[in-house]
Amino acid sequence: MSEAVLSVQDLRTQFKTRTGMLNAVDGVSFEVGRGRILGLVGESGSGKSVTGYSILGLIEPPGLIAGGEVLLNGRDITRLKGDELRRVRGAQIAMVFQDPMMTLNPVLKIGTQMIAAVRAHDRVSRRTAWERARDALAKVGIPSPEERLDAYPHQLSGGMRQRVAIAIALLHRPAVIIADEPTTALDVSIQGQILAEVRRLADETGTAFVWVTHDLAVVSSLADDICVMYAGRIVETGAAADVIASPRHPYTAGLLASVPAEHEPGERLPQVPGSTPSLSDLPPGCAFAPRCFKAGPACTTTPPIQKFEDGRTALCHYPIESNSCQPLSSTSTTYRSAS
Amino acid sequence: MIGFLIQRILQALLVIVAMSVIVFLGVYAIGNPIDVMIDPASDQALREALIHRYGLDLPLIQQYFVFMNNMLHGDLGESFIYRLPVLSLIFSRFPATLELALCAMLIATCLGIPLGLWAGYKPDALSSKAIMAFSVLGFSVPTFWVGLLLIMTFAVELGWLPSGGRGPTANVLGMNLSVTSLEGLSYIILPALNLALFKLGLLIRLTRAGTVEVMSSDYVRFARAQGLSEGKVVGLHVLKNISIPIVTVFGLELGSTLAFAVVTETVFNWPGMGKLIIDSITVLDRPVMVAYLILVVFLFVLINLAVDLIYGQLDPRIRVKASS
Ligand SMILES: Nc1ncnc2c1ncn2[C@@H]1O[C@H](COP(=O)(O)OP(=O)(O)OP(=O)(O)O)[C@@H](O)[C@H]1O
Ligand code: SF4
Ligand SMILES: [Mg+2]
Repeated sequence: MSEAVLSVQDLRTQFKTRTGMLNAVDGVSFEVGRGRILGLVGESGSGKSVTGYSILGLIEPPGLIAGGEVLLNGRDITRLKGDELRRVRGAQIAMVFQDPMMTLNPVLKIGTQMIAAVRAHDRVSRRTAWERARDALAKVGIPSPEERLDAYPHQLSGGMRQRVAIAIALLHRPAVIIADEPTTALDVSIQGQILAEVRRLADETGTAFVWVTHDLAVVSSLADDICVMYAGRIVETGAAADVIASPRHPYTAGLLASVPAEHEPGERLPQVPGSTPSLSDLPPGCAFAPRCFKAGPACTTTPPIQKFEDGRTALCHYPIESNSCQPLSSTSTTYRSAS
Repeated sequence: MIGFLIQRILQALLVIVAMSVIVFLGVYAIGNPIDVMIDPASDQALREALIHRYGLDLPLIQQYFVFMNNMLHGDLGESFIYRLPVLSLIFSRFPATLELALCAMLIATCLGIPLGLWAGYKPDALSSKAIMAFSVLGFSVPTFWVGLLLIMTFAVELGWLPSGGRGPTANVLGMNLSVTSLEGLSYIILPALNLALFKLGLLIRLTRAGTVEVMSSDYVRFARAQGLSEGKVVGLHVLKNISIPIVTVFGLELGSTLAFAVVTETVFNWPGMGKLIIDSITVLDRPVMVAYLILVVFLFVLINLAVDLIYGQLDPRIRVKASS
């Protein structure tokens, strides 16, 4: 097992609202190893994007990081400030945002924005920066990149913009890229290309990815490992193939059951029966209890993290047992996905 | 682009014609200028002769066409009072107002944008709250009162600056300007400050609102995620985005300052166009009023056109709409 490039430990992010503190990210822990792809899955509002922002220190008031560590190659970046933090962002860890329509400034040319991104970390001439931007666009499959650099965001389709954002994230070959549903705006064939490119990148350059998505098909074909998130917590972790083949947490099982057998790639994940709870009034104990088919008397108390012998974990009192694996213990806190 | 220009110029012409009708009707309705011009005791023959000389005995519609015809030939008539061609009368006052307005805009811009940026960048800081409180004062306190206050403080009490008038001027590019000499500047500071105050308040609020909006946008968050420095975020993203509303307001304010610096010019006895129009209204000098108002409309149309063109340069989304 090699060192994890990114290790998130007990991360807690809160938002101050009129009705009180919301725990949008509530004790999230995971690790990603070099060249690994971790799929982060969960319904809308489960805290996937906030987790990504928190890792990069991009939470603005009324939000705040209430606790936890984000170790990037062993260094806790939640403690960095000012220029130290700036030098990490984009260079060692990058993020692709969820909404491609909003992530580029509408009044600046793509080229201007990309040149700024290059020169944020490398003291190179505008000309060199421009060339690097052009090459980065070509690499994510954007046709005639010179022209695109001269275009404004509104002249590009959503999928094109998303690829620009991906190209920007790749500019400095960061150790970790957090990709927040980066392929939802793309059509299926482009999505396939991007996924293949990401897989190749992870394998060849050792870039680690946290791939946020609703799309279980993407996770099963792309990710090495999975974290399933519910109401700000990680409820199940494990190797992607194992989790999809035999989910341990009732929520994961629900997610998988609601996917039709002839599920098309790119299709959005259908809802699990019931609705996503509001973070402001979660039930005591297990947040999933009102929707859970396995809920029992113990579920009004906080569930333990159950660890199984195949390295998987589930945050549940009554995890679904498969014939081969029994829970080992209920003490471990961190799931390791480092290889 | 050419199509856009032609379209805008046609629109402008239409506006000018419409305004000329309104202005003409309005001024016609104000009263009979002859009553003001001559001694009420003078005899009927002299009165008739004057009325005839100025074409006031013609039907209104005919007066209008005569006026428009003359205007197309560059003749806006002759002042009843000064007995001078209106156009040269107005233009002789124009440089004074122009330099006053430009100085005021300069002060408002150079202070307003940085203060607004700061207040928007650190909205919760005490200094930002002080700036915002000041901006409210800036456009709620009446201009004449601030003007008097400035005179009382800096001219009367402290004796640092002259209390009014224009001071020495020098001829620059055919215009008499006072900003070229230190003494001239000392005369323009107070009225320019007075005139700047409202715009300063406006620009601070506008800049702050734009900054707050841009700073909370996804693309600023994305820029930070790329490791851009805060200076770059503000200098590249914020400034470019807020420049669009600022140019608009700048244009409108420049127009209205040039046209209606009346109060400040009166308080500071500044010999500009504003003072000319006030004087003309009190003596019902009809040609001056009509010409002045039409020139003002023309000025606004011109400035708006310039703003639209700059706007298109700044905002690519508008350029597309305009060219399609
Ligand atoms: N600025 C904010 N102020 C208050 N609450 C917030 C803020 N941003 C996020 N939240 C809360 O955090 C929770 C998690 O949001 P997040 O965007 O991370 O969900 P998500 O899993 O990314 O969902 P989606 O799949 O829809 O993108 C939401 O319930 C939301 O109410
Ligand atoms: S703890 Fe109970 S309610 Fe929660 S998922 Fe497990 S069985 Fe369901
Ligand atoms: Mg999200």
